[in-house]
Amino acid sequence: MDGTQTPPALLLHNARLICPESDTVGIGSLTIEGPRIAAVDVRPARSRKLHEFDCGGLYLAPGIVDIGVKIGEPGERHKESFGSAGRAAAAGGVTTMVTRPDTSPPIDNPETLQFFMRRASADSMVTIKPMASLTRGRAGSEVAEISLLRDVGAIAFSDCDSPVRDVSVFARCLSYCSQNDALVIGHPQDADLSRGAAATTGRFAALKGLPSVSPLAERMGLERDLAVVEMTGARYHADQITTAAALPPLARAIDQGLSVSAGTSIHHLTLNEHDIAGYRTFFKVKPPLRSESDRQAIIEAVADGRIGTISSMHTPQDEESKRLPFEAAASGAVAVETLLPAALRLFHSGDIGLPALFRALSLNPSRLLGLDTGRLAPGAPADLVLFDADIPFTLDRFELNSKSKNTPFDGQLLQGKVIRTYHQGQLIYRKPV
Amino acid sequence: MGFSGRHLLGIEALSIEDILQILDLADSYVDLNRRKVKHSTALAGMTQVNMFFENSTRTQSSFELAGKRLGADVMNLEVDSSSVGKGETLIDTAMTLNAMRPDLLVVRHPHSGSVDLLAEKVDCSVVNAGDGRHEHPTQALLDALTIRRVRGAVEGLTVAICGDIQHSRVARSNLLLLSKLQNRIRMVGPKTLVPRVFEEFGVEIFDNMRDCLRDADVVMMLRLQKERMEGAFVPSMREYFHLFGLDADKLRSAKPDAIVMHPGPMNRGVEIDGALADDISRSVIQDQVEIGVAVRMAVLDLLARTRRSTADHSVPRELI
Repeated sequence: MDGTQTPPALLLHNARLICPESDTVGIGSLTIEGPRIAAVDVRPARSRKLHEFDCGGLYLAPGIVDIGVKIGEPGERHKESFGSAGRAAAAGGVTTMVTRPDTSPPIDNPETLQFFMRRASADSMVTIKPMASLTRGRAGSEVAEISLLRDVGAIAFSDCDSPVRDVSVFARCLSYCSQNDALVIGHPQDADLSRGAAATTGRFAALKGLPSVSPLAERMGLERDLAVVEMTGARYHADQITTAAALPPLARAIDQGLSVSAGTSIHHLTLNEHDIAGYRTFFKVKPPLRSESDRQAIIEAVADGRIGTISSMHTPQDEESKRLPFEAAASGAVAVETLLPAALRLFHSGDIGLPALFRALSLNPSRLLGLDTGRLAPGAPADLVLFDADIPFTLDRFELNSKSKNTPFDGQLLQGKVIRTYHQGQLIYRKPV
Repeated sequence: MGFSGRHLLGIEALSIEDILQILDLADSYVDLNRRKVKHSTALAGMTQVNMFFENSTRTQSSFELAGKRLGADVMNLEVDSSSVGKGETLIDTAMTLNAMRPDLLVVRHPHSGSVDLLAEKVDCSVVNAGDGRHEHPTQALLDALTIRRVRGAVEGLTVAICGDIQHSRVARSNLLLLSKLQNRIRMVGPKTLVPRVFEEFGVEIFDNMRDCLRDADVVMMLRLQKERMEGAFVPSMREYFHLFGLDADKLRSAKPDAIVMHPGPMNRGVEIDGALADDISRSVIQDQVEIGVAVRMAVLDLLARTRRSTADHSVPRELI
């Protein structure tokens, strides 16, 4: 009978397995059975029906778990849909997208989230784990329905780049979240100091006459958030730490035993403020690009684990919102598809090894959110990316799968291409020949 | 070869030779402008459009007069902020204008970098008449020529720039130009308006006005915007005048023959004492206005020459 027949297993052999858990890279094999990894470095029984694929010595790593992806649904489907974002993710080796609620309307109630989840399961090729907003309408005055949203699938709560200004409201939100064991994802940034800023205060912004924000605004935002975490006992993850000055308070909070972690964005790891050059709006992100010394400090913090996660902070913007003077242009960049090749810059430069890179791209985000992916281990979901770290290419933004093409890497030389992506055992992307 | 760019977007991209070429030609236009018959035919047959997204009576009329004296057809286009509200973007406005085939486009816009953006999209020559806090190159050029005509040279001088540096494109362009010509730049003003980061450009920053003015050759005052006067950046107009307003007493620290400049329009009694502004033995503010027309004529003339020497259809898009 068909129903009892198990589908053939798939043996991926001659692969360089990147194992962030054991911090190792080595030639080996991996067997996929159904949606899960069945074995690592163990050849399945001969009796078993088996397909084999020779990976040709390429790298095989756990699929990327990208925290903070903006999909244009609902409200801005012309910028990005589940379909286009899913294809971009698959082509980028991202197997789980943790989505942002800064949509229009914001995802702040169970009904909207249900709609969102239905759209996701209908159209997305990869796993979608949604964040919901922390306050109603992301307006920063009333707590959202945290518990009901959790029941529908919200995995974390965030007001994204508009941090709750009123400390008493923020404290109530965190207090409420801690009771529900809900993870809060904060955007550490002093809202008043950063109002209207388009660049980071310093030589570059001064010369270009751009309204700017001191890099210390990030530390101030973080210190406020950490004090409220201490007060309420909430679980807190800072979405992007991008300045050296914010690292000591982060380390202190972790030493103190608070349930605190931090991530950073791929753009702040690979670009600095001088890339803005002649007011190039594709380089306008939030927070603004930093100095080279801050970039170096953040790379070090990722390498030694003080910063746990790397995200794309994928933010699709249409051409019109970027074809404006720098100050008036929208912030953000599409990045889910370029996350891996950009991150490989840090590997090629010798700054971060591959296991550490995938610890930040896959394992840590997965653990943070209580998922069981991000590992090469029997029983884990077969979410995998096979890539060649060496293929050089010049990025043409119009070849991206995203509907929006606002990438700062347009025309830049990148090195490293995804060859295959597996999502729950299914091949969802194969590099075109 | 000298000033051969297709646009004048800022001082940053100019070489010393470019600057001197503009100043020398402007010198001859000062003389022309003092004659009874002021016409030249340098821009005959050319169309100049002044597109101002920000109000400015003096700069706009200076450019208008400059174009007219050189024989161009000049059109003024005041694009108030309401048309932005109607949804037309800067680029759309520029493309519309471009289709009308102007030769010279003079642009002022409240956003830094906006004139660079526009220049990428049009075929004509673009002159930056002030973009946000970024640059105001013709102001710096006219200031330099004013200094040169009054002091005999614009080199090796000590120039004090005073007031709201942070929001001033005039300060940035002057800093760039006067540094290129080997002058010493000092700045003074309330710390809320004078970013310390300018020290990285070789500027000496002072807290006290008299210290800043000590032995200065040139005292350059900046306008303090009304909305920044009361409480936001400085406590009050009178406190500002007390500390940083230029009067005869503070000016005594400067060299006896130091000149006083202001890009206008002035707030008398805020950044400058009214009587001092009118004292023609010290203040060259009226000279600045006169020389401004000549400098703009020189800039328009040189851009037109470049334009004529390049075949219309093969203009490289980005020479500067």
